[in-house]
Amino acid sequence: MDYSQFLHMPEEASLLAVILILFLADLFMCKEPKDGETISQKPSAINVVAIGLLSIHTLINLLPCCNGCMQATEAFGGMYQHTPMMTVIKSVLNIGTLVVFLMANSWLRRPENIVKQGEFYLVTLFTLLGMYFMISSGHFLMFFIGLELASVPMAALVAYDKYRYESAEAGAKFILLALFSSALLVYGLSLIYGATGTLYYSSVGALFSGDTLLSVIGLTFFLSGMGFKISLVPFHLWTADTYQGAPTVVTAYLSVISKSSAAFVLFTVLVKAFAGDSLMAEWNTGLYWIIIASITLANIFAIQQQNLKRFMAFSAISQAGYIVLGIMGGTAQGMTSIVFYILVYMVANLGAFAVINVIEQNSGKIRIDDYDGLYETNPHLSFIMTLCLFSLAGIPPFAGMFSKFFIFMAAFNAGYHWLVLIALINTVLSLYYYLLIVKAMYIKKNEHPIAQFQSDGYTRAALVICTTGVVVLGIGGVFYNYIDTLSYGIDKMLGAL
Amino acid sequence: MIELNYILIVSAIMMFAGIFGFLTRRSTLAILLSIELMLNSADINFAVFNRMLYGQSGNTEGFFFTLFSIAITAAESAIAIAIMVNIYRLIKDTSVDKLTKMKW
Repeated sequence: MDYSQFLHMPEEASLLAVILILFLADLFMCKEPKDGETISQKPSAINVVAIGLLSIHTLINLLPCCNGCMQATEAFGGMYQHTPMMTVIKSVLNIGTLVVFLMANSWLRRPENIVKQGEFYLVTLFTLLGMYFMISSGHFLMFFIGLELASVPMAALVAYDKYRYESAEAGAKFILLALFSSALLVYGLSLIYGATGTLYYSSVGALFSGDTLLSVIGLTFFLSGMGFKISLVPFHLWTADTYQGAPTVVTAYLSVISKSSAAFVLFTVLVKAFAGDSLMAEWNTGLYWIIIASITLANIFAIQQQNLKRFMAFSAISQAGYIVLGIMGGTAQGMTSIVFYILVYMVANLGAFAVINVIEQNSGKIRIDDYDGLYETNPHLSFIMTLCLFSLAGIPPFAGMFSKFFIFMAAFNAGYHWLVLIALINTVLSLYYYLLIVKAMYIKKNEHPIAQFQSDGYTRAALVICTTGVVVLGIGGVFYNYIDTLSYGIDKMLGAL
Repeated sequence: MIELNYILIVSAIMMFAGIFGFLTRRSTLAILLSIELMLNSADINFAVFNRMLYGQSGNTEGFFFTLFSIAITAAESAIAIAIMVNIYRLIKDTSVDKLTKMKW
């Protein structure tokens, strides 16, 4: 075997190194506090190690020229594929995970979690590794292993608060439905294998010319499996319960990192493996109705929610609909706009979750009514929350407006005019419920508002990253152009087929 | 030699028995069993397609998928059962009828 092939996968190697070092560090650093000993407020060693290592990993991967990943390569006979666009999406996921780690600190500092801090970091990084493999897969086996590596530890994360019943219930709902959907997915893959005799995306794409019964059944099972991961509407029923019950930090991770990687993979697999003209028409029709249902139903449900995490769950379902809008037609422009949308959605959503998390850790309050009069006591947090919600809704000066614009443009150019119109109307609808929270914070009066508190340094760092992202990413389209120059990878992919 | 169709019919019956069990059973452990049934039916499909249709040219992708799938399924069941044990500790019950604190 040619071991130099591992050099083609620098991101995975670097993340694996981080995981191994962290695993050893956790053995020696995570000490259980003795009886009567209070937990000191100074940062514990494992937090610093985890955040430091992940920062180094993120920075190394952000330097594009140093690891030779600016050209498309493949390893292990095409099972592992790599394009520059994949480096970008992996870097985006890295930054998101880093922000999640920063905001996790105040939660991990609680007495019941202090002995298992290292586990949180490790399990989270394992899911990230799974997403890497899933993104870079060129073969359905690799894709399946990555998908499971990304979703099985995720169930452990969701049920992480062992003493809280809601967390356990959320974990049970998540793992049962995840298993169900992956069973459907594997059955679909087995039919694809039966029809073509291969599982390489490129060979499957070449052999699947017509819409035979087997190929359409395989496509349907595949779409439902991925729809579960992205939480699109007919497959979204787990989302609200899991998001509400899971620890807020895990909810943030689930709603951004997990969802974005799955959306990216859905795009690449659909374009590579289901590329025949008639099949393309099939999945475009399927996605068309899925998108309309996701955006509209999620908006209607979001308006009625009182629990803020549940509210964010429905908001996330609707945002997933917008992300998938970029897949329509399978164009290179769609690819660029999806990656840009994911980046912007990530900073805005993580910013909102960072605020929710820090307020929950300090006051235990999670309902929208509790946020009444927040501006009086915590003006800075209210302001950041407002920025993030405006960006999620797509109000002009912030990045969210541009990302929505690019996504709509891509779908419009692909010829889906009515779909774009429906999505636009829904954007206005979504503005209503995002503004409900802003109204609660700024205008409503409250006799017992959330008391003023000082958030910890890690959370502040996370908030700074998110706020900067929300304000800066929209300016000048520099980031969009950068991503666009890289999207030749998918052009080549499309050309090859 | 048994024809391909018969084995595919068996695996399809297993698959839909699993789906039926997933939707109708009230105990989480029975639901887990139904999911195992579904996953195993897909494994049978892979092995059979490989053995009967594509085995001549030395293609072993189907067998390998089966092997990996079995390993992954075992890991998933371990996590799922761990979560069920935790739920049992908290509410002394594992019926899905009791897992209804969060809805709508």
